[in-house]
Amino acid sequence: MRPLKIIVLAKQVPDTRHVGPDAMKPDGTVNRGKLSTVFNPDDLHALELALNIKDRIPGTQVTILTMGPQKAADIIREGYYRGVDDGIMISDRRFGGADTLATSYTIVQAIKKIADYDLIVGGRQAIDGDTAQVGPQCADKLNIPQVTYVEEILEIKEDEIIARRRLETGVETVSAPYPVLMTVHGSSPDCRSRKAKKVMKYKYARTKTEMRKGDPVLEALHLKRPHLVIPEWSVEDINADVTKIGLAGSPTKVKSVSSIVLTATESKVLTDSDSDIEGMIKELIKHHTIG
Amino acid sequence: MKSVFVYCEVENQKVAEISQELLSAGKRLAEKLGAPLEAMVNGKDLKGIESQIAPYGVDKLFVGDDTRLEPYRTLPHAALVTKVLKQEDPQIVLFGATSVGRDLAPRIASKLNCGLTADTTILDIGDHFVKKEKKEYTDLLYAIRPAFGGSIMANIINWDMHPQMATVREGVMKKEIFDANYKTKVISVKVNEVVSDTDFVVKIIERHIEESEVNLKDAPIIVAGGYGVGSKENFDLLKNLANILGGEVGGSRAAVDAGFIDHNRQIGQTGTTVRPKLYIAAGISGAIQHTAGMQDASLIISINNDPEAPINALADYVITGDLGIVIPKMIQYYKENAK
Ligand SMILES: Cc1cc2nc3c(=O)[nH]c(=O)nc-3n(C[C@H](O)[C@H](O)[C@H](O)COP(=O)(O)OP(=O)(O)OC[C@H]3O[C@@H](n4cnc5c(N)ncnc54)[C@H](O)[C@@H]3O)c2cc1C
Repeated sequence: MRPLKIIVLAKQVPDTRHVGPDAMKPDGTVNRGKLSTVFNPDDLHALELALNIKDRIPGTQVTILTMGPQKAADIIREGYYRGVDDGIMISDRRFGGADTLATSYTIVQAIKKIADYDLIVGGRQAIDGDTAQVGPQCADKLNIPQVTYVEEILEIKEDEIIARRRLETGVETVSAPYPVLMTVHGSSPDCRSRKAKKVMKYKYARTKTEMRKGDPVLEALHLKRPHLVIPEWSVEDINADVTKIGLAGSPTKVKSVSSIVLTATESKVLTDSDSDIEGMIKELIKHHTIG
Repeated sequence: MKSVFVYCEVENQKVAEISQELLSAGKRLAEKLGAPLEAMVNGKDLKGIESQIAPYGVDKLFVGDDTRLEPYRTLPHAALVTKVLKQEDPQIVLFGATSVGRDLAPRIASKLNCGLTADTTILDIGDHFVKKEKKEYTDLLYAIRPAFGGSIMANIINWDMHPQMATVREGVMKKEIFDANYKTKVISVKVNEVVSDTDFVVKIIERHIEESEVNLKDAPIIVAGGYGVGSKENFDLLKNLANILGGEVGGSRAAVDAGFIDHNRQIGQTGTTVRPKLYIAAGISGAIQHTAGMQDASLIISINNDPEAPINALADYVITGDLGIVIPKMIQYYKENAK
């Protein structure tokens, strides 16, 4: 089997699984600054799926692609530590505020620049929105088929790839021709851990913007080892139409947010005494709630 | 007035539960707007399918009937729905937030270059003033959904790139027949003229669909246990109570994670949303992710040894005590008092 070219889509997200009390502002909006950021969990599964194919077919090239603020370069480094061959950052202030439509447009512009790929994989959804939309929207814009909720790659053939999908009511095995986009379900294998050797090799990988602070030692190192320079693509680099990106390219807008307050009902407070419980049961029977 | 449009899922000639919920919700929106309700269903052997759809008050139903359309595959369904949406130009389009709807809706939103709100739990109609344009937009869809792990509710609107599309969570919209004799105009879509061979490049080799034996959604009474139940064995107590009351057993995520009860019985944001007649919460603290899935129960009983447990604020009866003592007493007094 010939080696494949795989693009992994990954996102840095606020850790919504651990929302502390100070993560909410008094007006009910989210204080993003108070949430730590993590590698989106489903995207780690997608990364594993790609690296697993690389294990099976030596020579397979895995490129990790992320869009986000500078801090998101962590995603590229994390990808390197676990075994990807290349990483690309899409980063530009003008991409900010994008909803899924604008995000998929932006990512697709970058994928078109990469041009050569057999397989694109991403997590099923990101925990900051749980939308699960960007994968299918990218597939549509690239005019390629999509296979969502992939749990395992069963077979990799010359002209098609066979995968098992996890649906809410069962499983389905499908085949798809290349190029194809897959979204990966959280029930697939967990991502392998970092390799110490790779951490050593890539821990000084930085984007040009990250280097702006000026660190002579790092600069010298980057001159000597060009693989440490993380490519960083701007609006112009990917030839993006500014009306289709960021806030301007996003049809969905948040009108308002409210924090959830449990609505207090008039409750009857009882003890565990026999008379209290018997009284309640009798009331429930009388009102035909039970019985 | 532009229509409200619902994509219906069907398998083996049976319109999915979620689609019936969506048709009901769609009708309520359509009534508020004074707009017609339209729907589309794609599958095989669909002769007479309108009898399951019309009673929800559907004015126009598009049917794509072709053996290749079942089981569901993305590309042919996307081609058919896109074609009809372009032609009908509705103002609102609803899909289920199911494996099918979440696969299909984004693909279509991309084709139509419109907005799509995922996983909504409340739908409403309202206005919005856009400061930058100094313009009031009226009769917009309010697509309201939990966000940030369920800690807030966000109202998402889309005033300029229509249609306004949303996927809707299963089990949150009330199913309601509008008129059992409602007359629907049925339009059969010429599938061959819309789809092409390249829409069938993804092939289904094998399928195992398990009819889930647990049906929490339709259970009138649910006895749910949390981490406070303490063990798998103690859950038997809850099962006994559920059995004699004619209900089902459910659990919080902490109870599922602890292995006390199966995952398919989890209630809440990442489990099932239920709205039973009676919900008994035993040893459940009442985290927002849990209450999101049960707060619409008609009557709630909380059994908790902590009088300050947040769930008590929702409960109609708060029993402060150990569930190991309270539940056997409930069983005993039920047996004594039920006829
Ligand atoms: C993204 C996300 C999604 C989530 N989705 C869900 C979801 O779908 N469903 C869900 O349930 N949770 C969900 N959670 C988890 C949720 O936040 C809570 O952790 C969980 O609901 C707590 O379960 P619990 O109430 O059983 O446990 P605890 O919070 O540990 O509460 C145990 C309760 O039992 C009481 N108790 C202890 N012993 C006894 C006794 N002997 N008798 C009576 N009472 C006793 C205690 O006072 C306490 O109130 C989610 C969390 C996240 C971050």
